[in-house]
Amino acid sequence: MGRPDVNLYPVPYQDVLLGALKETGHEKELSKYQVMANTVAFGASVALIDYDFDIIAEAIREGFTGRKAALGELNVRAARHGYDYMRKTFQDGFAYKLHPVPSKEKRMVIRGVQAVGIAKFKAGCAFQTYYPITPATDESEYLENHQRDYNIVVVQTEDEISAVLMATGAAHAGVRASTSTSGPGFCLMAEGLGWAGHTEAPGPVVILYQRAGPSTGLPTRSEQGDLQFVLHAGHGEFPRMAIAPGDPVECFYDTFDAFNHAERFQMPVVVIADKFLASTYRTVPIFDTSDLKIDRGQMLSEADLDARPLYRRYEFTPLGVSPRTIPGTRGGIFHTTGDEHDELGHITENSENRVRMMQKRMRKLELAAEAIPDSKKVNFFGPRQADVTIVGWGSTKGAILDAIQDLEVDGVRCNFLQVRYMSPFPTELVNQYLSNAKRKVLVENNYTGQLGGLIREHTGIVMDYRVLKYNGRPFSQNEVYEGVKDAIKNGTKEVVMAHA
Amino acid sequence: MLELKDFRTKVHNDWCPGCGDFGILNAVQMALFELKLEPHQVAIFSGIGCSGKTPHFVNTYGFHTLHGRSLPIATGAKLANPALTVVAVGGDGDGYGIGAGHFVGTGRRNLDFTYVVHNNGVYGLTKGQASPTLPKGLRTKSMPAPAIVQGVNPLATAISAGYTFVARSYALDVRHLKETLKAAVLHKGSALVDVLQTCPTYNDINTKEWYAGADLPTKAPRLYKLEETGYDGKVKDPNDTNEVYEKKGQAIIRSFEWGDKIPIGLFYSIQEPTFEDMLADRMPAYKEVPLVKQDMFHRDVSPLFESLA
Repeated sequence: MGRPDVNLYPVPYQDVLLGALKETGHEKELSKYQVMANTVAFGASVALIDYDFDIIAEAIREGFTGRKAALGELNVRAARHGYDYMRKTFQDGFAYKLHPVPSKEKRMVIRGVQAVGIAKFKAGCAFQTYYPITPATDESEYLENHQRDYNIVVVQTEDEISAVLMATGAAHAGVRASTSTSGPGFCLMAEGLGWAGHTEAPGPVVILYQRAGPSTGLPTRSEQGDLQFVLHAGHGEFPRMAIAPGDPVECFYDTFDAFNHAERFQMPVVVIADKFLASTYRTVPIFDTSDLKIDRGQMLSEADLDARPLYRRYEFTPLGVSPRTIPGTRGGIFHTTGDEHDELGHITENSENRVRMMQKRMRKLELAAEAIPDSKKVNFFGPRQADVTIVGWGSTKGAILDAIQDLEVDGVRCNFLQVRYMSPFPTELVNQYLSNAKRKVLVENNYTGQLGGLIREHTGIVMDYRVLKYNGRPFSQNEVYEGVKDAIKNGTKEVVMAHA
Repeated sequence: MLELKDFRTKVHNDWCPGCGDFGILNAVQMALFELKLEPHQVAIFSGIGCSGKTPHFVNTYGFHTLHGRSLPIATGAKLANPALTVVAVGGDGDGYGIGAGHFVGTGRRNLDFTYVVHNNGVYGLTKGQASPTLPKGLRTKSMPAPAIVQGVNPLATAISAGYTFVARSYALDVRHLKETLKAAVLHKGSALVDVLQTCPTYNDINTKEWYAGADLPTKAPRLYKLEETGYDGKVKDPNDTNEVYEKKGQAIIRSFEWGDKIPIGLFYSIQEPTFEDMLADRMPAYKEVPLVKQDMFHRDVSPLFESLA
């Protein structure tokens, strides 16, 4: 290879595997067990980094339970042979060693889909719909796997139009409801999202796992291409909330909050994740749920209703939110419609009513903006004053945080603004952090720099440099580092990264 | 004591004079009243079209949804609260055209609800285009040319999809329609009531006089009641596959009868586990307490964390 940072270690997989098979009398069946060459390679790699073999032996056994247990033992043996071969043959000392990190804290290995799923259980979600789509389906299947223990209805619908509307119907009927999808499915949900917003449904919560589009695009790859679409999906103007978590921890807390928002502000809430967040494992401390509080917003019981002469589902109130009732409640009958409607939910084309209703619905976004703490709207990392301010959102968070450390080593002082709430947009906060920033570098996993556009729309602030990537692969730490360096050292306005 | 008027609202009705919708609206209100349901126990869902306004005229929980999308929304509400009596109403364009996917999908689930389709062969609200049920070759008065595509057979489609109660009635025979609706609501499972309906404004072919057979040499009404001919669409033993095939077969054959003689009444019915029953098999608590009444807010998720630790 001719690269000083690349060492080659030849390993005769066939011979090593044969050695392992001989010990158990399977040497005649090499072709049958050919696939175990992978396990040999795995064992060899483990030796190279000097990791504890017992831990990986246990991990292999976990993958082969029941009738497959004997096969698991065979794999452990193959790994051991690879491990021993490496230890015996190459003792030059590989530069990188990995050892278990002792920790008193209880930790877990979790993917985004699991963090979202557990958040849904914790938030009291009782109804999930989905149409099979990569990479969102794993979350629905996770929920369905625990259906019996948590009493959640999971419905596989005929399409995503049905998925979003069935969840909306369930939300109107009084349960916390959600649906999960990816870009193509979210496209089909656009009209339904408008109906939910217009009828002030207390939901649904929609989890969007972005993948590289448009159309089928790169269906198993990651991209941040749907931010502007989420904010504009559907015709006409209606309120919606959109939150973009940056890692599994934020996936958990943001999803939990989303259900409170949906019921408090009576509007659909979209949690924008992506393929990378959905399926990448992270080791994190077990989530602290002690501060999580359920807030179902304003609801009227039969007793409350007895005291009212006439219940108006869309009553004009100072804050825009009208108390809701649950169908089945005596005295709480309401009508609702996708047509413009009066306080009773009946159709009207009255022009004054239209203006008041538009204001009532849209005002709820201001109410939400006041209710959400600043600490959740954006994350800001690093010193207040810096040479470079990196701006990003979603799953690039990890790569950016790692790259900042490398840039520090090079003497480039960085901070990082991660925007988490996209609607309502934290205009003042973003303004505060960016208006005096020296050099602003936008990092996004898309072609057009959609967050950059959104910031400009709300604040007038223009990014100085853009580091973009749209080959379907997530940013690596190196790429953020190289991209930012290229931008600030060479003054490259737009750097396109394309590592596979 | 409840009265029929308790199912009426004061909302102004702007349907055309003589519209078949009035018959359907009256029959729905009467059926709910005669079944002794209380208004707050019922939720009515509609799509878009003239029929879409129906919920506004009925004093129950009412959801006027999107074009073709009443069934998914109704399904979500019913599953959230199986104690609700759920009725969906819509037009033929709404249900058999733009909403055809949901029509089939909902039938497959056998959700316990009633679907009432106003079938008049035209899109009334957009001024008379051909609806999915208009037979090929027909041209109603506002169409530039005759229909050049096949009309869909909703009853045969419903039976194939899995509806477990499939009936047809006539908007101007309110008594027959009311009784059919009552049976449909009482039926446990997905019930389709396809209602032949006149549109005096845009369908100048299938008029009241046409249904009455005024153009026929015999002057005999086109509509006849299945139950008066000895026809029996009810499956007695759902486990008897031969009987099920036979009853489905005769219903599908009969559903294609159209022209000088048109059958109305119950074409097919069978008792099968509903979607709610199937869910209860997976989640015993679902059967006992409606989802909306269950406490979902004190769940212990620590076992889920433990499983990942």
